[in-house]
Amino acid sequence: MAKIYSEHSNTPKKQGFKLRPKDETISFILNYSKALSVINYKNLKFEALQN
Amino acid sequence: MQKVTITDAILVSNYIKGDESALEVLITRHKQRIYSFIYSKVFDRDIAEDIFQDTFIKVIRTLKRGKYNEEGKFLPWVMRIAHNLVIDHFRKNNRMPKFDNSGDFDIFSVISDTSLNAEKVMVKEQVESDVRRLIDELPEDQKEVLVMRMYNDMSFKEISERTGVSINTALGRMRYALINMRKVIEKHNIVLTN
Repeated sequence: MAKIYSEHSNTPKKQGFKLRPKDETISFILNYSKALSVINYKNLKFEALQN
Repeated sequence: MQKVTITDAILVSNYIKGDESALEVLITRHKQRIYSFIYSKVFDRDIAEDIFQDTFIKVIRTLKRGKYNEEGKFLPWVMRIAHNLVIDHFRKNNRMPKFDNSGDFDIFSVISDTSLNAEKVMVKEQVESDVRRLIDELPEDQKEVLVMRMYNDMSFKEISERTGVSINTALGRMRYALINMRKVIEKHNIVLTN
């Protein structure tokens, strides 16, 4: 029986990718962090996203 | 010159106090480990990217809400969040299975809409009408057997009983009926396909 050696095209090792997130993703996270503020009112916490 | 490394605990504390750059240091420090962990579970760069992003959104919200209480254990805590999100991803996918068409196998090559559209209905009717006219051209004995077999779905035993001939004769008439029909089809280049 013929053996099929198939590999997923997205495999990073084959394509020489390094296993780390894209710069855009990091940038998005940092911007999200800067935009997010939590407002405390008595015992309540409100999240506000400011662009 | 000695390089001073600020601990995760201090960075987290600084971030909670409002130092946004502390988060950048934490992400830079741990991104490869966290991303590799997620990728090792999902084996897809885009999904790993999404889960990585969601992990840090959860981290940010928790820290900013002041709910973080695991000082000194920042990385294991983030890893646990990532792990839970990976599980959520697989749960969601199990409920809603999807087909990956990135490989050689295309699912749409084997599934199709089996109902006939208006054009196919017309062609089918035309083909059936042509076949009936061909049958009408056959000798009466052959036509009789063919109609009983194909349209009335009778067995050759039933045909032989009905027509009063042997089963072999009925089979022979059927065979000649088909041969004669093929001859006419070939002679007149009739196309009988749907």
